[in-house]
Amino acid sequence: MTSSESTDVLVIGSGFGGAITAYHLAAGGARVVVLERGPWLSGEDFEHDFKFGSSSTRVFDFVIGDGMSVLSGNCVGGGSVVYFAAMPRAPRFVFERQGSIGRRMWPTTISRDTLEPWYDRVAEALPITQTSWESVPYSGGLFGAACDHAGRTANPVPAALDQAKCTNCNWMMAGCRFDAKRSLLLNYLPAALAHGAQIRPLHEVQHLTRTDDGGYRVHYTVLDDVDYRVEVGSGTIDAKIVVLAAGAGATPVILQRSEPTLGPMPHAVGRYFSGNGERLNTAIFDEERIRDVLGLSRPDGVPYEAYQIGKGPCVATWDRLDGSLPEYERYSLEQLYFPPGFGTILAQVPDALGPTWFGAEKKELLRSWQSWLTIFTMSEDDNEGVFGPPPPSGNAMRLSQQMLARGALRYEPTENTLRGWALSDAEVRDILERDGLSRVMPWTNDVVGAYTVHPLASCRIGDDPATSALDDRHELRDHPGIFVTDGSAVPGGLTVNPAMTIAALAERAVPGIVAAARARGVDVRYGAPAPDGGTSSRDAVLPLVRGALQR
Amino acid sequence: MPAAMETNQGRTMVLEAYADTILPGEKRWPGDRAVAGVSSGGGAVAAGALLVLRSVEGGMAPALDALADGIEEHARAYAAETEIELDPEVPAFVSLDYPDRIRLVQRLTDPTHPEREAWISLAMFSVIAFDAAAHSNTVEALAAGHVGLNIIGFRPPDSDGLWRFDTYSYGRQLAQPHPDTTPSGSPA
Ligand SMILES: Cc1cc2nc3c(=O)[nH]c(=O)nc-3n(C[C@H](O)[C@H](O)[C@H](O)COP(=O)(O)OP(=O)(O)OC[C@H]3O[C@@H](n4cnc5c(N)ncnc54)[C@H](O)[C@@H]3O)c2cc1C
Repeated sequence: MTSSESTDVLVIGSGFGGAITAYHLAAGGARVVVLERGPWLSGEDFEHDFKFGSSSTRVFDFVIGDGMSVLSGNCVGGGSVVYFAAMPRAPRFVFERQGSIGRRMWPTTISRDTLEPWYDRVAEALPITQTSWESVPYSGGLFGAACDHAGRTANPVPAALDQAKCTNCNWMMAGCRFDAKRSLLLNYLPAALAHGAQIRPLHEVQHLTRTDDGGYRVHYTVLDDVDYRVEVGSGTIDAKIVVLAAGAGATPVILQRSEPTLGPMPHAVGRYFSGNGERLNTAIFDEERIRDVLGLSRPDGVPYEAYQIGKGPCVATWDRLDGSLPEYERYSLEQLYFPPGFGTILAQVPDALGPTWFGAEKKELLRSWQSWLTIFTMSEDDNEGVFGPPPPSGNAMRLSQQMLARGALRYEPTENTLRGWALSDAEVRDILERDGLSRVMPWTNDVVGAYTVHPLASCRIGDDPATSALDDRHELRDHPGIFVTDGSAVPGGLTVNPAMTIAALAERAVPGIVAAARARGVDVRYGAPAPDGGTSSRDAVLPLVRGALQR
Repeated sequence: MPAAMETNQGRTMVLEAYADTILPGEKRWPGDRAVAGVSSGGGAVAAGALLVLRSVEGGMAPALDALADGIEEHARAYAAETEIELDPEVPAFVSLDYPDRIRLVQRLTDPTHPEREAWISLAMFSVIAFDAAAHSNTVEALAAGHVGLNIIGFRPPDSDGLWRFDTYSYGRQLAQPHPDTTPSGSPA
């Protein structure tokens, strides 16, 4: 047998689920190694460039499946590096959802109230602040004004952004050049490093095996830093505890591939995937109607023509987040920006005579790109995504050197999901087509299926072993010592942006992981402050976790 | 196989005609056959679709010959089925007029077509050539007047090649917040 490195805790993936657990465990005294498949970039590495091979493709993962394409981060910091930093908490009714299983999907121990102190920890750590109307870009203002005109409310969305540093460049999907976006590179990860955690970029975990002492051996390959299809090395690390946080599009694949060596996986591994009920609509605005109907005008007198300007989603309407409405009919609508390419290919021509997403009419539509506004629906889907057999390595077959890959996820939207999408499409039209403001079309699902930047639930927590892969402490059923703390643990669609809830659940899971590590002889304690030393939210949770720590 | 397809030039014309079907442009010269010329201003071809398709980064390059040949096969079948007489001087797909090119590409990219993923990939790369100039540095592409970035009206960066928008907000409250908003600014 070849010799293997060893550590106390091995964390797979450095997004929210990985960075938060790595920080707390390292700060508590455990030896922590983080393996991350993507590169390690920061600050000036983040380019304003769409060229293949620039940071916009290096840090991104776009996996085409059957009926669902998944966009995620692929770098140290994971999705926090590419995300838009909208960080609302999930509405209360979400935790009461039943979905397709005829009983509450969430563990009985978790509700909005019980999660609140953990949300507070994340809000203090990043930090997250409210957005003022003064810092809402034109696109958000336009959406807000249209909502108001249609008798709807609209809120600026809380965000992990330093508004003073933000240049409204809208390049945030390529990583933030100005350190305005408070990605994990600026808080949890440097704090984890300061406590001795090691982060190894371009290390892609392939599968796990067991060690003789009840721990796990983690098998990884090292990827070329330009052509991720090329493996340049491999190795193993033994750990007493494994924290899987590769994201909802990758975590179940690693477990599926490990099944021959670890033994049968819970039924829910690789099932119940949710795309957070995402749906996109693009409105093509009539500039004059913006001025005449909404009374909006920029300082230079132009009503809008400002799709390119801003910082992703800033304004949302939450009128349909009404717990008294039936399940599958609740959703939020958020104004959004996607750069050209990702954000243009699926947009459809209103009243097209020919094809809707390509052709001469599509080209004409592109001429008014600066007058576009994209609206993002987050609804209650039916957890209908299922992962097929795992590919030979990674979470998908890489087609390009970077970014583009073909995966095994199948997603056939059910009637419930389709109904929610149809309702939200009609609502977007009702708001934005009013008085001739714009013409609206949903993005086509016929090209790469539905499209999500919010993969969830493919290895979820719950009380029912038949429909959840993890117990309410995020430990993988029948495989003690493996914890899953990323978006795959979230039981279902959240109707709002998920990172705040993923992060809060990861914070909440830490005391249980600490207890499991201690039971395996690791000298680790719970109770680290926020990464910048702040203690108020830590002090608020300490009384809550005594029980967990004594387990 | 017609003589036109035996050369790389023939395959290039086929791929150009395909990209031009996705986002069409004006003819590059009077006798341009690959570009149908149904739209004013450059289209995907002028934007660099072939450069994007052939880039080592994109991963499509090794498949392009087979894809061009595949398009040809489908074009010949389509012509036979619809009783269109093909011009032997050019590849079959290039010989089709724009409406027929469109109909064939619609068929190839239809959700039920068994090879659709290949044809969608070609379309995606054509789109990113036009909308994003993925084969070149964005600042340089803008400076060189890249046709796609120009047509979408993509604004240029500051002199250091980075984008900043000093004026970006209407600067006032434009809607009422939801009545149940919590103190942290989230839905209740
Ligand atoms: C463009 C975009 C915008 C978004 N905007 C928002 C927003 O505004 N608000 C919001 O709430 N959410 C947003 N999201 C979603 C948010 O980024 C994710 O929900 C969040 O990052 C998920 O956290 P996670 O811990 O589950 O996984 P991730 O953050 O995806 O982290 C997983 C990490 O694991 C790594 N990994 C994967 N496989 C392996 C492997 N085999 N070995 C080693 N490492 C591996 C990945 O490279 C990645 O770094 C956005 C996402 C995208 C793509």
